[in-house]
Amino acid sequence: MTMAVERWTAQSRAGVGGAALVLGALALAPMLIGPGIVDRLTALFIYVILAAMWNALAGYCGLVSIGQQLFFGLGAYATIRIAFAGVDPFLAMILGAVAVGVLAWPVSLFMLRLKGGEFSIGMWVLASIGQLCVKLDPMIQGETGSSLISLNAYGADLRRNLIYWGALAAMTCLLAALFALLRSREGLAIQAIRDNEEAATSLGVRPERTKRRLFVLAAFGIALAGALWLAQAVSFQPKSYFSVQWTAYMIFMVLVGGIGRFEGAILGAVLFFAVETFFAATGVWYLIGLGATAIVFSLYFPRGLWGAVAARTGVQLLPLGYRATNTET
Amino acid sequence: MTATLKAIGIGKRFGALAVLEGIDFDLSSSAAIGIVGPNGAGKSTLMAVLSGALVPSAGRIEMDGRDITELGAAERSGLGVMRTHQIPKPFLGLTVLENVLVGATHAGAAQGEAAYALALGALDTAGMRRLANRPAESLGLLDRKRLELARALATRPKILLLDEIGGGLTDAEAEELVQMIKGLRAEGIGIVWIEHIVHLLMQVVERLICVDAGRIIADGSPAAVMAHPDVVRAYMGGV
Repeated sequence: MTMAVERWTAQSRAGVGGAALVLGALALAPMLIGPGIVDRLTALFIYVILAAMWNALAGYCGLVSIGQQLFFGLGAYATIRIAFAGVDPFLAMILGAVAVGVLAWPVSLFMLRLKGGEFSIGMWVLASIGQLCVKLDPMIQGETGSSLISLNAYGADLRRNLIYWGALAAMTCLLAALFALLRSREGLAIQAIRDNEEAATSLGVRPERTKRRLFVLAAFGIALAGALWLAQAVSFQPKSYFSVQWTAYMIFMVLVGGIGRFEGAILGAVLFFAVETFFAATGVWYLIGLGATAIVFSLYFPRGLWGAVAARTGVQLLPLGYRATNTET
Repeated sequence: MTATLKAIGIGKRFGALAVLEGIDFDLSSSAAIGIVGPNGAGKSTLMAVLSGALVPSAGRIEMDGRDITELGAAERSGLGVMRTHQIPKPFLGLTVLENVLVGATHAGAAQGEAAYALALGALDTAGMRRLANRPAESLGLLDRKRLELARALATRPKILLLDEIGGGLTDAEAEELVQMIKGLRAEGIGIVWIEHIVHLLMQVVERLICVDAGRIIADGSPAAVMAHPDVVRAYMGGV
């Protein structure tokens, strides 16, 4: 028998089919569920975006940033700025995210020269600088902040549903784009860079270009998440949007779900969402619990929940890899 | 078509330290050259300069008459100059097949089924077919060396630079490796092989270059080079 390469299996076809059904059901959900749940699910979609983007950078490319709140905050800020100029707030969200993606290009030119820990800390420093710069804008009034007031043009129910559908569409498109990217030859290059940049280069991979594209995609995705968060919360204070807590949440979701696993980031976001829903009211203890869980996972379950499941059962719902068939000679 | 790699007056300095000086040689894709020399002679630096991992401080490197001195490793690999690393550098988070596909889809410039065919062929040549779906992190040293070779082969190299690929292997494993490299030679891939284990080299190459203290001290048929008084002195010491 000659060897061949397969990518889709019956299991992964079922996985993608199941995902499509879930997304379809979620699209119809606002007709059936109460406004409180619509708001909560919107938050979940935003968490999934954040986790997936951080996982793409850290889990697939080895770019561990603890300054992704930069793009979250800038996404929200750019949306307010553009809406303030008279643009429809929903259009402003998209334009704002695109603007942040464009800005991420020159940022990547110098930040990606930093390696390992320098890159991580450098991104945090940059996020703090970003926050200070935004506070200089008279419209933001320092820490007082501002709001996306033009959203008031939409009625409460319509607005809630539009934001819900917007978040669902953003999550779906970003996950699909990431899935397509990681399945392509670029995905192989991204992972090769993570594992050994020198060897990747000698095999024809161009690390700078590859990392830059991923960095810009992640910046765009996280900026869109920031814009959506703003739409839901309406008010904008630099301190809360540029808070490192956002990156801490991303790290938590990815570590617990399974770093470097496409399904892992999504699972992590769902778990984080559940924990938050049930325990957020306990205040400080909730944060201590989150931190302790992240430490336990990184010490004892470094592959995360999905990593452990996949290692034990070989299950892969979203097929990114390649399998050879007929390997026996 | 034969490809020619030419090194003209190559020098490499790290600050005040001259690691290579005045290295000249040329190689066609129908030949195999061995490079020997004592520890610290500059062999690995020469490999890095030829593959584009380091930029030489002096001299020129040409491929088929084109000056490629300024091209990095990624661009050179696309032109068919491919190296393997002395210490294997597998992509530990990927499977064996995926490791090889990185080469096939980048320097090998193949896509889809063509890339799969290239990768599977390279795995067959390197004797790694059974291991195709194994995570690279589970491989032992010999298999990591084989993987290093398979990855390079999947890029469709014209000139293959092998950096001490024979080190740390048993006699039987080394013999298997020699047969594999002879096979590549027969397919018209030019070989530049840096190796400490001279008797392995002698089975494959028809030309030997001895480097000592950054200079070529002998260049010619393997027997003549090994008998050259300067080579004997470099290896054995003495007056």
